Amino acid sequence: MTPVLDLRNITKQFPGVLANDHINLTLEEGEIHALLGENGAGKSTLMNILYGLYNPDEGEIHIRGQRTQISGPTDAIRQGIGMVHQHFMLVPVLTVTENVMLGEEPTKGAILDRKLVAERIRELSRRHGLEVDPDARVENLSVGVRQRVEIIKVLYRKANILILDEPTAVLTPQEADDLFEILRSLRKQGVSIIFISHKLREVLELADRVTVIRRGRVIGETKTAGASQATLAEMMVGRQVALTVSKHAATVGDAIVQVNNLKVLDNRLQIAVNGADLEVRAGEIMGIAGVQGNGQTELIEAITGLRTVQQGSVKLAGQDVTNASPRRVTECGVGHIPEDRQEDGLVLSFPIYDNLIINSYYRQPYAKGLVVNQKAIEGQAGALIEKFDIRTPGAEVPVSNLSGGNQQKVIIARELNRPLKLLIANQPTRGLDVGSIEFIHKQLVEKRDDGVAVLLVSAELDEIMGLADRIAVMFKGKFTAIVDAKTVSKEQVGLMMAGNTLEEALANAPRSAVQQQEIIT
Amino acid sequence: MTATTLSSTAAGSYAARRERRKIIGYGIFFLLMALAIYLFFVRNSAADMISTFVLNPTTKEKVIKLSNWVLPTRSTLLFLAVVTTALGLYQVARGFKRVVPVLGLVSLLFVFAFLVWAVRGKSINLLGIFIFTVSAATPIAFGAMSGVMCERSGVVNIAIEGMMLTGAMMAVIFASITGSLWMGLVAAMIASGILGVFLAIMAIHFRVDQIIAGTAINIFALGITSFISQRFLQPNPALNSGGVFSKVAIPGLSQIPIIGPTFFNQTPIVYILFIIIIAIHFMLFYTRWGLRTRAVGEHPKAADTLGVNVFKVRYINVIIGGMIAGVGGAYFTIGSVGRFDEAITAGKGFIGLAAMIFGRWSPIGSYGASLIFGFSDALQARLQVLGKSQVPIPSEWLLILPYLVTMVVLAGVVGRTVAPAADGKPYVKG
Repeated sequence: MTPVLDLRNITKQFPGVLANDHINLTLEEGEIHALLGENGAGKSTLMNILYGLYNPDEGEIHIRGQRTQISGPTDAIRQGIGMVHQHFMLVPVLTVTENVMLGEEPTKGAILDRKLVAERIRELSRRHGLEVDPDARVENLSVGVRQRVEIIKVLYRKANILILDEPTAVLTPQEADDLFEILRSLRKQGVSIIFISHKLREVLELADRVTVIRRGRVIGETKTAGASQATLAEMMVGRQVALTVSKHAATVGDAIVQVNNLKVLDNRLQIAVNGADLEVRAGEIMGIAGVQGNGQTELIEAITGLRTVQQGSVKLAGQDVTNASPRRVTECGVGHIPEDRQEDGLVLSFPIYDNLIINSYYRQPYAKGLVVNQKAIEGQAGALIEKFDIRTPGAEVPVSNLSGGNQQKVIIARELNRPLKLLIANQPTRGLDVGSIEFIHKQLVEKRDDGVAVLLVSAELDEIMGLADRIAVMFKGKFTAIVDAKTVSKEQVGLMMAGNTLEEALANAPRSAVQQQEIIT
Repeated sequence: MTATTLSSTAAGSYAARRERRKIIGYGIFFLLMALAIYLFFVRNSAADMISTFVLNPTTKEKVIKLSNWVLPTRSTLLFLAVVTTALGLYQVARGFKRVVPVLGLVSLLFVFAFLVWAVRGKSINLLGIFIFTVSAATPIAFGAMSGVMCERSGVVNIAIEGMMLTGAMMAVIFASITGSLWMGLVAAMIASGILGVFLAIMAIHFRVDQIIAGTAINIFALGITSFISQRFLQPNPALNSGGVFSKVAIPGLSQIPIIGPTFFNQTPIVYILFIIIIAIHFMLFYTRWGLRTRAVGEHPKAADTLGVNVFKVRYINVIIGGMIAGVGGAYFTIGSVGRFDEAITAGKGFIGLAAMIFGRWSPIGSYGASLIFGFSDALQARLQVLGKSQVPIPSEWLLILPYLVTMVVLAGVVGRTVAPAADGKPYVKG
């Protein structure tokens, strides 16, 4: 059978990088084909070529056995190719209907026929289980629903080749499960899907076949049946990767941070943290598990002095730092890896060396009276770039030019390069590839072993389960349970994240290995 | 998934307290307005005075005559003060569901009280003020429409002033040469359309900072028109006397009392404005081009991935926006005084931008805002005519009025409005 899509020898050169080096890829009718690779491996470039956003330097695209030229999105759409971009391509102030019809608007005379499109959207939602209100404004929709709108947009254009670029990066675990259901049902109806990801578990769970690319080249192609996370990770990174974190038992010291009955508002002045109590001790990793939007962001911002505390107190090593300035909190020995590295962690247009001293520029040796000591700043940058293995042509490069993993390394280098009592890591590996994740996890465990209290917030349950010594489950602004990580299973934590109590979770989910043992003995 | 249901706790009441403070703040403002009406107007008018508002046009036209509106000054003012007080008290005690319309009403009552007081013992032609309002609002509204066209597609057009100035001069020169006012109008459109092309090339193709590009056009337009005016127009008055469009009454509509003479007995340029406003509204919200324009102004990349040509949409909108500004410019010369003077536009293009923002980037809202600015213009002119004894405020201060209104409106009432998200940001493909 001729494949639906056949990419042959696709090559694309950017100044300084060979993004795609003679890539071959075939997509069979009705299969889900995963494209796996680290950040910067060339996955997105390849898909942008397929969607006509870039022109390849070399190579051929065959669709259903016919050679074609795709010189713009219009061509791609006409050939039945649809793409769901990693960053949604939706206009927030327009309605779902308007977003779907944009570019292919049916009209009655000169007037847009919104009714017709809304009807088609309803029909598509019914057929594919994509529940969405055609008249809702996109800005009022949750991320999961927005993604459904993106898929409807593609189906509205009658696409039968669907490309999804890192679709789960922005989703909660539940939303990701829903998405997988939708994709499976689309596959059943004959849609062929290319699924770009660097998450091994997802690839194995969803895809029929995987093509692994590394540094612009196809490393191999395999059926997912029979493949394991370890083999895929090795193909992807080019060396053996530790997928689980190795760590010794924690040697716990005194309480470093004490949060008492904390109340904090979110940006819309609604209560986000509603009477949270938490204690993190030296030498342990406290993992905060919870579905996004249950107050984790606001809690961290309150502890670090970025958000006003309405009620309650925060103590750091015995000192009261409730509503202290961020600088004072920093000087108390708190390192903060913020949730959104580009928004809150870095000044993107600044060079690496300035980003590395942005929390200490006012002190010796970086400040000399009224001026900065450029030599000391650049010297420091050189040392840190080497120590933390930041891949860059030089310290003067703006951080916006770095890959996500290297941007995160800049933040980690800055925050870890001073005596710490508490390290706060909020989604430290979001959107990063396995290689970078391994590095960051190692750093966190090292700090723990040095006797630093580590507070880890993550939407990835696997990350919490793998790293944390204790787990605090956050639900609607409160900690519903704080438990020893060894005594609970992933499923039990999952249930508590959905609002169940500890007792309910223990009774209704599979037990952890430790619990099993306790029963046997 | 949010904690909205938990608002009964301490932190929730914090948010409620803020809301409460805001409600009471409005109430106190209303009460202060009432107090001002009492202190400045009621106490400064005698019991036997009468304010007369004429509602008929001064010219001899066939309209249904209305009898004059005669009001006892003092009791009217007292009545207005009482109504305003009542609104303020209700706001403090209960709070209106939607406070902004009430704010508008209170402002209206205050302005009316001011008028009643200013004409105490005399008469004023209210209809004349309305007619003047519409003509003063016309160039502002053209500027605002030009802004709506450009900014909805994501290009900031601060060059409206310069485009209008150029249009004003070209209109009078070509009207003088050809002897046809319509040719003047076409010339104005072409000239400012060319400036629109320049702006588009700089802003879209070369991605120059749009404020700088616009300012460059403004400075260029001021320089070139002043030069041509001094060098060619002053020595040759024949080049600077194109005549003026005369008023055309629209049969039927112009017979309606008050509204007829105000809106439907104007020059053709005003009617062109009405058509443009309706056309832009229809275009933006009901047509394919409008949907694409709004998408490009909000999220050009999204539009691009759906095969919409972002550059084409922006170029065309900016050029049309330029041409609209040109028609507005022509109104200064062949629409009203018939000759060009240096810097004749006097900042109306910038006020047009303010009207666009006040009108939240919508054509109809922007026209409403233009009328407010036009009204303050008209009021200022009439109050000067009434004389110092009636309104003991120096005329210099009255001249500031329109600009003061602009500032107050922009800073106070508008507050946070949401511009198109990609407004002013050049689009880079890929």
